Amino acid sequence: MEKTIKKSSLTISENGLEKKVSSKRLEVLKTYKIYIGGQFPRTESGRYYIPTNVAGKKLANVCLSSRKDFRDAVLAARGAVSGWSGRAAFNRGQVLYRMAEMLEGRKAQFIDELIQQDAPRAKAEKEVNLAIDRLIYYAGWCDKFQQVFSSVNPVASSYFNFSVPEPTGVVAMIAPQGDSLLGLVSVIAPVIAGGNTCVLLASESKPLCAVTFAEVLNSSDLPAGVVNILTGKPGELVSWFVDHMDVNATIYCETNSEIKKMIRERSAMNLKRIFFYDKVNWYTQEGQSPYFIMDTQEIKTTWHPIENIAGAGGGY
Amino acid sequence: MAKTKNNTLKLKFDTSWSYAPAPESKSAATINKQYDLFINGEWQKPLSKKYFDTINPANEEKLSEVADAGEADVDKAVKAARNAYDKVWKKMPAKERAKYIFRIARMVQEKARELAIIESLDGGKPIKESRDFDVPTAANHFFYYAGWADKLEYAFPNRITEPLGVAGQIIPWNFPLLMAAWKIAPAIATGNTVVLKPAETTPLTALKLAEIIQESGLPPGVVNIITGAGDTGAAIVNHPDINKIAFTGSTEVGKIIQRAISGTDKKATLELGGKAANIIFEDAPIDQAVEGVINGIYFNQGHVCCAGSRLYVQESVAKLVIKKLRDRIETLIVGDPLDKNTDIGAINSRQQLETILKYISIGKKEGAEMYESSCRLPGKGFFCRPTMFTNVAQSSRIAQEEIFGPVLSILTFRTDDEVIEKANNSPYGLSAGVWTDKGSKIFNMTRRMRAGVVWANTFNKFDPSSPFGGYKESGFGREGGLHGLSAYVNIVN
Repeated sequence: MEKTIKKSSLTISENGLEKKVSSKRLEVLKTYKIYIGGQFPRTESGRYYIPTNVAGKKLANVCLSSRKDFRDAVLAARGAVSGWSGRAAFNRGQVLYRMAEMLEGRKAQFIDELIQQDAPRAKAEKEVNLAIDRLIYYAGWCDKFQQVFSSVNPVASSYFNFSVPEPTGVVAMIAPQGDSLLGLVSVIAPVIAGGNTCVLLASESKPLCAVTFAEVLNSSDLPAGVVNILTGKPGELVSWFVDHMDVNATIYCETNSEIKKMIRERSAMNLKRIFFYDKVNWYTQEGQSPYFIMDTQEIKTTWHPIENIAGAGGGY
Repeated sequence: MAKTKNNTLKLKFDTSWSYAPAPESKSAATINKQYDLFINGEWQKPLSKKYFDTINPANEEKLSEVADAGEADVDKAVKAARNAYDKVWKKMPAKERAKYIFRIARMVQEKARELAIIESLDGGKPIKESRDFDVPTAANHFFYYAGWADKLEYAFPNRITEPLGVAGQIIPWNFPLLMAAWKIAPAIATGNTVVLKPAETTPLTALKLAEIIQESGLPPGVVNIITGAGDTGAAIVNHPDINKIAFTGSTEVGKIIQRAISGTDKKATLELGGKAANIIFEDAPIDQAVEGVINGIYFNQGHVCCAGSRLYVQESVAKLVIKKLRDRIETLIVGDPLDKNTDIGAINSRQQLETILKYISIGKKEGAEMYESSCRLPGKGFFCRPTMFTNVAQSSRIAQEEIFGPVLSILTFRTDDEVIEKANNSPYGLSAGVWTDKGSKIFNMTRRMRAGVVWANTFNKFDPSSPFGGYKESGFGREGGLHGLSAYVNIVN
């Protein structure tokens, strides 16, 4: 089964954009579009770019998303916050697990795309397997991190007082440019496991997996708008990501210190929470942790009086 | 007021009885004529050679003069902190660090009365608040965090942490000693060293704390306390050898700080402004709610970032609640901060009084209806009557912007969804309150309000074990409790 798929997809790449089709049956090529609010539109700008692999082979005509696409994506993400964060944590776990199931089922396609994007087969297989396992890992955390990071606080007065994590809201992310699937999954999963929604800019040079991953999301019972994926150039879009007043947090995964400075500077406008995951090795254990979930959580503390706590004698 | 006809019982406050003056004695407090900078465990003359006055806002008389730290002084303090970090503090066994902090907590308790008097003299807050809230809570913060020093592996499951290094801490004038404790205690418990700057209008209790720290034998340089205004703060923020900025103050300055450190690896926690919604439902215990609203907005003259400055009352009880609030503000005693009966003391500074008065006139211009207490204000000093506005629009500036004074904006609502929409319609998200007798409604509201601290059927409660800090433009990071520790450590692996 896997072999046949491999074969046929290999044909796609070989017969890709530039090579003449020689087989009897003409392959159907995939259009790589962006993912906003559960739909697959083309960029409103009508622009595209053509990423190539090392050998110079064209990968696809990929949407060059615009500021307006980003704005639409934020609208979709904002609209999805209350529904997604309002779901039972258990249910979020089920949806993330479903995402892993869907990814497992389309493993071959992802391996093929990674190979097109220059990964050796063994590395591509490893990356897809890890991405699936990472989703399972965070699926399990959905209804557990709250217990680990909550507290009942022993205040010195007659109040019941507790602190719990809550999602910070809409998170804008520039995905890791290198690990185009594993990196993408590793930044999305903790953010949505915690009940946030997000807008993500895929790897500029390796965007294929990101778009195909959107298809996985689309068939995983993940509500529309929870994850929105754009393709395009970070250089063009980062500043809009950090300027938008309805974005609560920004995640940046590259080392460019000029961009990092710009993100910190401009995020001050509405005090976005900022996280730089530029030193994380997504292939190791350090690439997954409930502390990533906590980055995009706020701690809420609630107080309520307890009647007559001192005089009641505690019933003992 | 008693002549007002109504069907509800009303306490009669307008009796012929009045409170005799009950002033706390100033003799229990020693204030030096002049204070230098507390750097490396010693009192050092400022290299800037400059001093500035700190006054009593209740009578505008000079209390003392304090050094105005310049860039060179800041540099000296940071060097002392770095040296203490490298050579002493980070190497010291955590349990020994803990004992120093416990000792400081005890000494604050021992000198509680003196600290309370100075706090009220320098900042204008009523002695009953500095005595019963600020000073004991400050001591408790040291006591609470002392115990964490050697237990950090329990706070960060499955991870090892390390201190950040030198923390630059800049604190406001509304809770001078308490904010110093909030900042210093978790920082040094986790193994960092500190350069702290109190606000320019309220430096004295932080300097008293420096005396306590010196007396406690804390190794020199672990805590450095330097005084000055905005320029001193900027020098701390911009100093290249500082690893962490902890700031409590206005959102405006918080954003400036965030921009200033954007090209660096400095970490920050910002505890900024607020415009808390305090919501009263028709089924609430109205008398308790009225007390809660009064405490929520008039506590500390309203100089509270988490003050309940936007009151949302359900329409069906609005008339009753407003009447009771008017009756209640009439009974608040405004005057000498050192008088034990005083409810509302002096506004912290002339500048702040002007800000408050500006907002009061904006409120009137915007068409809201104003009520204020008819009390007489002292002839000298900075005072403001407890004030409230009704018929306030959601878009009104007095409903959107932080006033930081004893001014309450009252709005009404009909349904749960409506009030959530209105309450969350603010760039701030520090605190919120809800009053209702129905348990399920409490949890519905507390869950949906976007704020870091939510008080249900109470308001303005604080505790060292309870995390405090905001959502959205009220800042990031938490202070207090287990969650307050993460502001001062790096998670290593």
